[in-house]
Amino acid sequence: MKRWHVLWALLALMVIWQVLAMVLNQVILPSPVIVAIVFAQEVINGQILLHFLASFWRVVASMILSVMLAAPAGLVLGQSPKLNRIFSPFIYWLYPIPKVVLVPVVLLFLGIGDLAKIVIIFLILFFQILVLVRDQATSLRPELIQSVHSLGAGRRALFRFVYLPASLPAILTALRQSVGTAVAVLYIAELFATRYGLGYYIFLNGSTLLNYPAMYAGILAMSLMGLMLYFGIDGLEKRWCPWLNANRIQGSTQ
Amino acid sequence: MIQLEKVTFTYPEGQSIFRDFDWEIGQYQSWAVLGQSGCGKTTLLYLLAGLVFPQSGKISIAGHALSRPRPETGLILQDYGLLPWANVRQNASLGLEVRDFYGPDGKHAPLALTSTRDVPFWLKRLGIDDVADQYPGQLSGGQRQRTAIARTLVLQPDLLLMDEPFSSLDAVTRQDLQSLTLQLWREQHFTYIVVTHDISEAIFLGKSILVLGKPPHLNGFVVENPVFGQAEDERDRMVYKDLFTELRTRLGEP
Repeated sequence: MKRWHVLWALLALMVIWQVLAMVLNQVILPSPVIVAIVFAQEVINGQILLHFLASFWRVVASMILSVMLAAPAGLVLGQSPKLNRIFSPFIYWLYPIPKVVLVPVVLLFLGIGDLAKIVIIFLILFFQILVLVRDQATSLRPELIQSVHSLGAGRRALFRFVYLPASLPAILTALRQSVGTAVAVLYIAELFATRYGLGYYIFLNGSTLLNYPAMYAGILAMSLMGLMLYFGIDGLEKRWCPWLNANRIQGSTQ
Repeated sequence: MIQLEKVTFTYPEGQSIFRDFDWEIGQYQSWAVLGQSGCGKTTLLYLLAGLVFPQSGKISIAGHALSRPRPETGLILQDYGLLPWANVRQNASLGLEVRDFYGPDGKHAPLALTSTRDVPFWLKRLGIDDVADQYPGQLSGGQRQRTAIARTLVLQPDLLLMDEPFSSLDAVTRQDLQSLTLQLWREQHFTYIVVTHDISEAIFLGKSILVLGKPPHLNGFVVENPVFGQAEDERDRMVYKDLFTELRTRLGEP
């Protein structure tokens, strides 16, 4: 995906939006031009920026937290069939629970601060990363393990030279897959007892103030945040997993 | 150099592969182990590599009983032995890195660490210096196996174990690498054992050929090979043909 493809897509969406707004002609769907003006105003007066930063910090913090806890756990389970046998049933019970339903519970126990919101997103990301990293580690070819083992590598060196680098793409894939969910859940988490965050901003303008252009400006900001996260993850992948890119370019069969 | 005494090995599922199996290999010898798939020839190699262990009996190499992969033994598998996320140079250096990781502890790396650390030399010797920055997914099968050989020889092994190393390659590349194996053996003074299902490969690479028929193996049938290392145009055709026929009969092929 090239950067300018993203711009073209944005332009096309704007055109569709404009046409829809003209056809429907309702206050609840203002023209993208008006939204863009309001967005610019809100950026200049700093209003939306504060909400953006509050949300961004929550998402990034929960991403970092979940990678730090889920990746090692996934690696351990992937390496040890015994532990995997014990814990897999638990994962299969817990993984499909839509974590959003736990929002009231988490709020009750962790209060209304940032921690509760971070933990809610963390609960979702944690399982996605855990499962992907574990599957990556179990799917490593035994030939690869055996031949590195034969070079003298024991458990620690296998971890360092095989399991860890092998799990990096899985971690990044899991993060990429969960950006959308994370942002969606963020909105719900920010509906409750907070004064900063894009979720709060969107809800306030859309349902209380009935300021629809501002509501769409908030949605635009949220989508920009998702885009930034996607690009950030792609950037990390390019940097940390250059081999993925090289193989893709060559159209390798492996 | 290698002694197997009354080695008995049974798969966990109960199939008996070796029963009181004896075998002896001298230093600097070149052996081929010939057998059809499922005959246990890979198991034999893994036993020698210290990756699996017999239920009873004793395997000793260079005077020491084998209880884990020996740092002086090199192992080359058919494929998938290279790290997909490391380029050729990094893959060739992997053994050295593993040794650095542990230090000369006599367990994962030899106590007297004498390796030349000359990765560039080996890349050049094996003709892969111009693809040193490429990843395994970008290489041909032949280049991949050359990388696997370079990675092993960098560690200056005294014993090289190869499991069907060339069977996934096309005929021309296979012959190139077979000749290269012989050249390297003459230059570098190591013992090698190549496991193969290919009768002509066994005749070309094995000064002695151990034929494994149907398991369980009580003792191996060993053939001394008069046309070892001879190309098609220099060997005695009748001798070759008789040997080929004998080996085929021993394998139980029609």
